[in-house]
Amino acid sequence: MILRALDTRSAIFLGVLFILAVAVPFLNQAMTPGSAAHLPSFAVSLLGKYLCYALLAVALDLVWGYCGILSLGHGAFFALGGYAMGMHLMREIGDRGVYANPLLPDFMVFLNWKELPWFWHGFDMFWFAMIMVFLAPGALAFLFGWFAFRSRVTGVYLSIITQALTYALMLAFFRNEMGFGGNNGLTDFKDVLGFDLQSDATRCGLFVATVAALAFGFVLCRIITTSKAGKVLVAVRDAESRTRFLGYRVEGFKLFVFVVSAMLAGLAGALYTPQVGIINPSEFSPANSIEIVIWVALGGRGSLVGAAIGAVLVSLAKTLLTGWFPELWLFALGGLFVLATLFLPRGVLGAVEGIKLRRSRPAREPAPQPAE
Amino acid sequence: MALAPLACLPFARLARLASLCIALLCAATSAQAETRDIIARLANAKFPVVKQVIEDLAAAGDPTVAPFLRKLRAGKVYWRKSDRAVFIAEREKRDYALFDPITGAKVDQVGRRAAKKVRVNNAIRSAIDAALAGLTLSSPKVETRLAAAKQLFADRDASALPALTAALAREKDPTVKTAFEDARAAILATSTAATPSERVKAIARLGERGGSDSLNALSAVDAKAPADVLAAKESAIAEIKRSLAVWGAAENIWQGVSLGSVLLLAAIGLAITFGVMGVINMAHGELVMLGAYTTFAVQEVIRVSAPALFDVSLLIAAPLAFLVAGGVGVAIERGVCRFLYGRPLETLLATWGVSLILQQLVRSIFGPNNREVGNPSWMSGAFELGEMTITYNRLWILIFALAVFALLLGLMKRTPLGLQMRAVTQNRAMAADMGVRTGWVDAMTFGLGAGVAGLAGVALSQIDNVSPNLGQSYIVDSFMVVVFGGAGNLWGALAGAFTLGVANKFLEPYAGAVLGKILVLVFIILFIQKRPRGLFAIRGRAVES
Repeated sequence: MILRALDTRSAIFLGVLFILAVAVPFLNQAMTPGSAAHLPSFAVSLLGKYLCYALLAVALDLVWGYCGILSLGHGAFFALGGYAMGMHLMREIGDRGVYANPLLPDFMVFLNWKELPWFWHGFDMFWFAMIMVFLAPGALAFLFGWFAFRSRVTGVYLSIITQALTYALMLAFFRNEMGFGGNNGLTDFKDVLGFDLQSDATRCGLFVATVAALAFGFVLCRIITTSKAGKVLVAVRDAESRTRFLGYRVEGFKLFVFVVSAMLAGLAGALYTPQVGIINPSEFSPANSIEIVIWVALGGRGSLVGAAIGAVLVSLAKTLLTGWFPELWLFALGGLFVLATLFLPRGVLGAVEGIKLRRSRPAREPAPQPAE
Repeated sequence: MALAPLACLPFARLARLASLCIALLCAATSAQAETRDIIARLANAKFPVVKQVIEDLAAAGDPTVAPFLRKLRAGKVYWRKSDRAVFIAEREKRDYALFDPITGAKVDQVGRRAAKKVRVNNAIRSAIDAALAGLTLSSPKVETRLAAAKQLFADRDASALPALTAALAREKDPTVKTAFEDARAAILATSTAATPSERVKAIARLGERGGSDSLNALSAVDAKAPADVLAAKESAIAEIKRSLAVWGAAENIWQGVSLGSVLLLAAIGLAITFGVMGVINMAHGELVMLGAYTTFAVQEVIRVSAPALFDVSLLIAAPLAFLVAGGVGVAIERGVCRFLYGRPLETLLATWGVSLILQQLVRSIFGPNNREVGNPSWMSGAFELGEMTITYNRLWILIFALAVFALLLGLMKRTPLGLQMRAVTQNRAMAADMGVRTGWVDAMTFGLGAGVAGLAGVALSQIDNVSPNLGQSYIVDSFMVVVFGGAGNLWGALAGAFTLGVANKFLEPYAGAVLGKILVLVFIILFIQKRPRGLFAIRGRAVES
């Protein structure tokens, strides 16, 4: 099944991922610091962050590119996963915090709380936190999707409502009373599974884990989209009413991919938190979620590899531009939104493909546009 | 004033008039002389004497002594050792400048050791306060008397009761008289010296008067008072609480309506664009921001070149903001949206991109900080309505929002452009077949929606910070209004805006501002399940396209 799901492009993509997983730790660990071939540690974390974004983009592409659900709230699932991981890392700190409280994280001591809130119990165990990484975003997506798809909220309305969802969560997480650290979020992590988060070896390990997660998410999405269910998803995207009239339970298919996508987003968030070292409520901000959409749109909607490439490209551009010309970044990002939607309806990958096709078969009719 | 009649008066009457004047003058000077005698006793006085002096001054009831008492309270009163005369003194380099205690004229300047302070303690200070309140009760100025009554009402100082009763008998002005009577009731209600029947009557009066200050006075009634007094107290408190609850609800409704008017302004343009074109314009908030910055720019120009025009700056800014935002709107439509018809999600993304560009543009030109936009004089200040305070700027914004709404409604229903817009909304293809230039209508509609956003910016500049992020803080809220009310329907936007505004303000006291907002968002998310196309959904073929 897996082999059937992978075409040449997917194989190349997985190959590149494998090379990254080997080369990056090697360049960081085996090369002597200072030599030209040495990859500095911050770059390892940075690359790891990009790949988290890539996984997030793949997750969004699954619902938007293949099922036509434009979620402007995927940042919420990402952040929920990140918070689940962050809570585990907070518990791992133990009595090494500023206030040296063996049970309570620093911010709770600071707020003068006496006991651990009920929802913090269990997060001292890694396996429990891992379950929550998938369960929290999955449950939210299930609940939300079940309501939304059943009453046939579609199109722009759904987008706006998902945006409201992440906005509401942002406001909620900004509150100190929520018990998630208020606007400072969760930070000051020490180690994960006993490995020091500051050490280069741990960073490389996290990087490899991220690559593995991306590969896993990618293959999973490939399997879903190339299966029979995937064909139904595309049908839902292109003509929802018609698919329903043909006898398919559209809501069920939508709900399934929405939940899977949310879980993958949560996984991306869980890997993001230890590599960046902080998770705070601004991850929930609607602007973040909409930026994810531009990754997918630029890379190529409906192409999982394209989504991943788009995420890495835009994030790289953001890192470079905000460093060089901070004034220009928003112009560039805004311009990307406009240009990508106007001139690259199928993204960079789609454009490259189109050029190739035109070269080989000039008389071919233009590729059909996905209808709304 | 009456020279002519005076001239023809008989001599005898004139003489009588003159003698009357002299008598009055003598009375005044003798009263002043008496005051001076009392003040003179302050020289080298012990605390009990000082207190007695103050009480005598209060009893004499000469309001001109009030400034002297204030100086005494502040420790600025000294007596000269050479002749034991009392003065108001100010340090002047190494000396004291001495001023007359009544007239305030400078009399002398003496060395530091030649004068000694009249010392006061806290008991004396409070005696001074009570005396001052009594004295100001007989001030010739209405406002002073009113303020004194209010002060007495809050202090409930039983020692001021005789002065108050005397002032009440003298008082002619009806409002001041009521205020005095209220103050007297407050004192009597809490005074243990008064008879129970007096107290019950006073308490009943307070109950009728209402207000939170009456509630304070009532709760100060001691628990050891006779049973009928306590019963009267309980019923009066219950009555006041009932009326306060009604006023509280009214206050909430007003605040909600005010918030609703802001939301209406921000959302109504969005409703127009979405209704006709099926496009959510994510740059809408930035168009609002452009309107606010236009106001700022207009005010800057006025400040520099024609300060006299400041009060009409908003009237100048409003049409300009409409044109600026509307122009940008038409440019967005012609430059971007036109190419993305039938792909609403792509339009949403592209307009988001435009919004980022506009934001950064404004940040680059005007800087990232908040800009100061002033209120014209007719928009600043507030007035009291019963127990609530209504600020003029909020009131004007409500009026403005309703006016804009009415104008748009008229435009949609009564003009050819409105007719064509509605035609395009209902069935684009059919409208095109009938000869409507749908492209032109789209551009005009988008421009209109954007222009209205600019107008919203003018209003918002009066109550919010004008910064590049201004638009972002309203965008989610205005989406909620449109989604809740049903896109493309002006009445839906109206109902949505005011419902959400009032709901927000009613939730706030129970849940706090942030949680209240979250609850409203959750409510909308649930509401959409029931009515996926809002309160006032458009029916027809166009919906399922």
